Amino acid sequence: MLSKSQAQAFFLGGTLVTFLIFIGLTIYSMMPSNDQTNHENITAEVIQGKHLWETNNCMGCHSIMGEGGYYAPELTKVVERKGEPVIKAILMSPVPWAPNGRKMVAYEMSEEDAEAMIEYFKWIGELDLNGFDHMVSPLAKDRMEKMKNK
Amino acid sequence: MKYKSQKVAYWFFALCMLLFSLQIVYGFIMGFARIGFDVLHEFAPFNTARAVHTNLLVLWLLSGFMGAAYYIIPEEAQRELVSVKLAYVQLISLALVGVAAITGYHFNIWEGRKFLEIPRELDYLVVINVLLFLGIIITTLYKGKRRTTTAMVLVMGLLFAALLYLPGMIWFDSQVTDSFFRWWVVHLWVEGVWELIMGGILAFLLIKLTGVDREVIEKWLYVIVGLTFLSGILGTGHHYYYIGVNKIWIIVGGIFSALEPLAFLAMALFAVYMYRKGEKNHPNKIALFWTIGASIVSFIGAGLLGFAHTLPQTNIYTHGTLVTAMHGHYAFWGAYAMIVLAIISYSMPNMTGRKRFNNTAGHLAFWLSNIGMLGMVTAMGVAGVVQVYLERKLKMDFMVVQDEVVVHFAVMLVCATMFATGIGIYIYEFIKFGRPTDEAMEKNELGVNNDEPVKPQLVS
Ligand code: HEM
Ligand code: HEM
Ligand SMILES: [Fe+2]
Repeated sequence: MLSKSQAQAFFLGGTLVTFLIFIGLTIYSMMPSNDQTNHENITAEVIQGKHLWETNNCMGCHSIMGEGGYYAPELTKVVERKGEPVIKAILMSPVPWAPNGRKMVAYEMSEEDAEAMIEYFKWIGELDLNGFDHMVSPLAKDRMEKMKNK
Repeated sequence: MKYKSQKVAYWFFALCMLLFSLQIVYGFIMGFARIGFDVLHEFAPFNTARAVHTNLLVLWLLSGFMGAAYYIIPEEAQRELVSVKLAYVQLISLALVGVAAITGYHFNIWEGRKFLEIPRELDYLVVINVLLFLGIIITTLYKGKRRTTTAMVLVMGLLFAALLYLPGMIWFDSQVTDSFFRWWVVHLWVEGVWELIMGGILAFLLIKLTGVDREVIEKWLYVIVGLTFLSGILGTGHHYYYIGVNKIWIIVGGIFSALEPLAFLAMALFAVYMYRKGEKNHPNKIALFWTIGASIVSFIGAGLLGFAHTLPQTNIYTHGTLVTAMHGHYAFWGAYAMIVLAIISYSMPNMTGRKRFNNTAGHLAFWLSNIGMLGMVTAMGVAGVVQVYLERKLKMDFMVVQDEVVVHFAVMLVCATMFATGIGIYIYEFIKFGRPTDEAMEKNELGVNNDEPVKPQLVS
């Protein structure tokens, strides 16, 4: 039968080994050669967009890359889906945007901020999400249409 | 043996009750917004309500863990806390930081990083607060007469939880890297170090409630926390499938996260087996219900419902849908909310000297909240499956699908009312217990506070 010290060794050993592998894999996936994010495209505007995304807690309602609230639409491919002028209008609107009765906060952003937000969304839209980008993109819709027509 | 300084725990538990009730209020605000009554939009739009709801949850659970540690460590180490005064300072500063953060969320002061919305400036205060807490606990343990495995596992969990908070404070320009390290906090907390805290509290409760030999319980505790880390650390990969990092995580995360339920299964088997093996004569039946309940519901909520969407082939459909929300509720409830309610139910009679441990109200609180929560989770789960099918499979528009699931949220709100009634009764009972007293702490009621098994002839 298992003794207490064997159980302890199982705990300490298992933890150490998996932890080291975890650190190794983290370093591996952070290597520039494994980048799937077009890191070089992160401009000052994209960073400003991320800053706005955080300081307004957009993630409290929306999701991005599948992370966030479930109250409002996924925004990973929003530029493709809605187009820049519509997004700008929503962000700069002085009254809450509520096309389906569900209200968004009226942020009344400046034109500059709204443009930074769009740059951020464009950068997000080009990430290689291992297939999830197709799941939430309008391109996936086109494929579905084609499949139905066949 | 009881120690007077254990009384500090009462105030941490009282803070739990207060924050928990507020958490539920904000849950209702969101629930109503989802069925079309976003009447508080100006005061608390959905993102405010959400941040408050989830942060209050984490805060009251932490307050509960801290209270549990202040109660358990003196008994395990067999000495008083090194400083009761500092423990009160820590309690008050914890409450103040919490109130400041929650207030800020109503004025657009936050960082939109799911679960880590507290602004970095306040993060530093959180760190200082937790350091103070750890200082008191670790010195007490260090100076104590004995260092038991139960106490070590509990303290290790608390210490690692504090350390893991740090990666969440680093600033990154890339949303992807930001997310990557955010999971070091969120995932490695709930599917890693918090399980140590849960395991420690569970072991303590089982030793006290079943009278089974400490050596046996603690041996299995090592096996459980061993399984936790073995699967949970690399299991972090289940959050890295689709956020713009390397595909290696799809394999590693898929395999190891699929093993995570084993730790919860072990915990459930452990609790049930120890209960059956032990002498069933501890008078505190309500604490026993919460304890065994936590081990079983955590297996269902975290283990089974987690497994349901953890394989990459499934997760690509369910990622970021109400399926996740369903699992989040039942996992947090079963594993962490219930274990905190268990230690409160166990310690209150000992601290106050009132034997309200087998009354109708206490049992009613247990069943109403549990059945209510099961109903809420079922309703959310149905909404989630409908959402996945219509939105991800048939590619329907997000908002069109949301209209389809309104009815499930109406059902959820009915169940939530039942849940809230149960919690209301629990809090009423908490208040009825009154304050802790020194006399109660000194009295060794029925020998139930000893490590020795309860002698049957002592029980009326
Ligand atoms: C007590 C333990 C657990 C708690 C409290 C918990 C809680 C949560 C929460 C709150 C989320 C949402 C996170 C977010 O989107 O920001 C989540 C996600 C997730 N959990 Fe758990 N969980 C637990 C255990 C588990 C286990 C054991 C598994 C697997 C077997 C699991 C699998 C998952 C998966 C796959 C996701 C991602 C869902 C998505 O892609 O949207 N969880 N969990
Ligand atoms: C009256 C009771 C409750 C109601 C009506 C309620 C409602 C909600 C709603 C509507 C959301 C937001 C989902 C979204 O983004 O659309 C949410 C999120 C959440 N709630 Fe509750 N809740 C209640 C109680 C609880 C309790 C008791 C717990 C924990 C034990 C809890 C834990 C959570 C968590 C972890 C999330 C985030 C889930 C995620 O992001 O995946 N809630 N709740
Ligand atoms: Fe996880």
